Amino acid sequence: MLSKEDYQRYNRQIIIPEFGEAGQERLKASSVLVIGAGGLGSPILQYLTAAGVGNITIVEFDEISLSNLQRQILFSSNQVGESKARKSAERLRGLNPTVNFTLVEEAITSQNAMELIEGVDLVVDGSDNLATRYLVNDACYFLKKPLIYGAIFRFEGQVSVFNLETEGELSPNYRDLFPSPPPPEMVPSCSEGGVLGVLPGIIGSMMANEAIKILANMGTTLSGKLFVFDALDFSTYSLKVAKNSDNPISGDKPSITALIDYEAFCMGDIQPKKLNEITVQELATRLSQEEVFLLDVREDYEYEIADLGGVLIPLHKVVNRVSEIPKEMEVVVMCKTGGRSSKAIELLQEQGFDNLVNLIGGISAWQKQIDPSMNAY
Amino acid sequence: MKIAITAFGIAKDILQQKQIELNCDDGASVSEIRSRLIQDFPDFDKLASLRFAVNTEYVGDDYQLNANDEVVLIPPVSGG
Repeated sequence: MLSKEDYQRYNRQIIIPEFGEAGQERLKASSVLVIGAGGLGSPILQYLTAAGVGNITIVEFDEISLSNLQRQILFSSNQVGESKARKSAERLRGLNPTVNFTLVEEAITSQNAMELIEGVDLVVDGSDNLATRYLVNDACYFLKKPLIYGAIFRFEGQVSVFNLETEGELSPNYRDLFPSPPPPEMVPSCSEGGVLGVLPGIIGSMMANEAIKILANMGTTLSGKLFVFDALDFSTYSLKVAKNSDNPISGDKPSITALIDYEAFCMGDIQPKKLNEITVQELATRLSQEEVFLLDVREDYEYEIADLGGVLIPLHKVVNRVSEIPKEMEVVVMCKTGGRSSKAIELLQEQGFDNLVNLIGGISAWQKQIDPSMNAY
Repeated sequence: MKIAITAFGIAKDILQQKQIELNCDDGASVSEIRSRLIQDFPDFDKLASLRFAVNTEYVGDDYQLNANDEVVLIPPVSGG
């Protein structure tokens, strides 16, 4: 039942014939899981909330950082360091207090995905990594939940709708499109490859539009199609996606029938070597007691923002500058969060180095746990 | 015959441009085009699992191309 306030608040969509009172009632009765309150999550959450989706669960474990604000328009400059889940809920409750929000301040994993998705009508994936995308796809397929997919890179975005049930049959899913993941370096994240700030605004809005159409039961969707947009030259492609009989979850002979380890799956043939690691606390103690060779593999501009006095050799130059790295003493390798430094260690181990230690959590962990006065980015 | 290839995402980086034209034998298959791309751009090997779209549809590896077909390469992107 719609309240008197509902009729006023949602007037501009209720008066559209295709939407109407029935559409509004459907939205109000529905529940949606939104994964990620970041670049895509910002417009998705704001439009679903404004439109009056009754129940929204936000899955987001991260904190707001200054480098988010160029595109994550849910947040303000004075909120850097605070919980994205809580700050977004605060903002969204202000926008529409009639919506029920549930906050899940942890990552979605193979352990909790089924439980999170089971109770909702629809899932919107605004996550930022391939492992999560395969996980969410598979879980949605197993639970027969429609999934709104969107992903971005630099100037480009992709949108689609998976697992939409029509006449008892589910439409194609992510694995029909991308059967297996390419090596990790072929799928850069926003922090590695960059992204134009307005792009998630465009793509996330399209995702919200697909979600609202499905929930309100109107129009036709991108189910069975992949939409691709390049903001740099404004080219668009809409490609038909057919079901692939070799699809390991939904093909003729499914080989995957339950959730798997998606991190390992996306690493492919690369066997992660056991890395020697050091925490920021251990490093702080070591730096105060003895000489440590600290190798910083971030980019120049990052070093200018904050540094620990390490020798700067960006990751892509490491292999060409091995002569600058000592072999006879321990070398602590660091980056922003520990990912690039572990790649650098792999590359250097191939060159015969066996004296390398990875700094867990990188300079971000140092900033949070050792020196909060340091610039965060 | 000539076919046009349009690349998105990291495929654009590997091909060093968004659009290229390829001269190939009449009736060349998608897998032959894939091998050609790997030969001309060795890094393309890392996208070996990528599905090819021709004009507006995804096609299988044995699909035979016609002159003036547009091959579209859309690798996964993960950002959000």
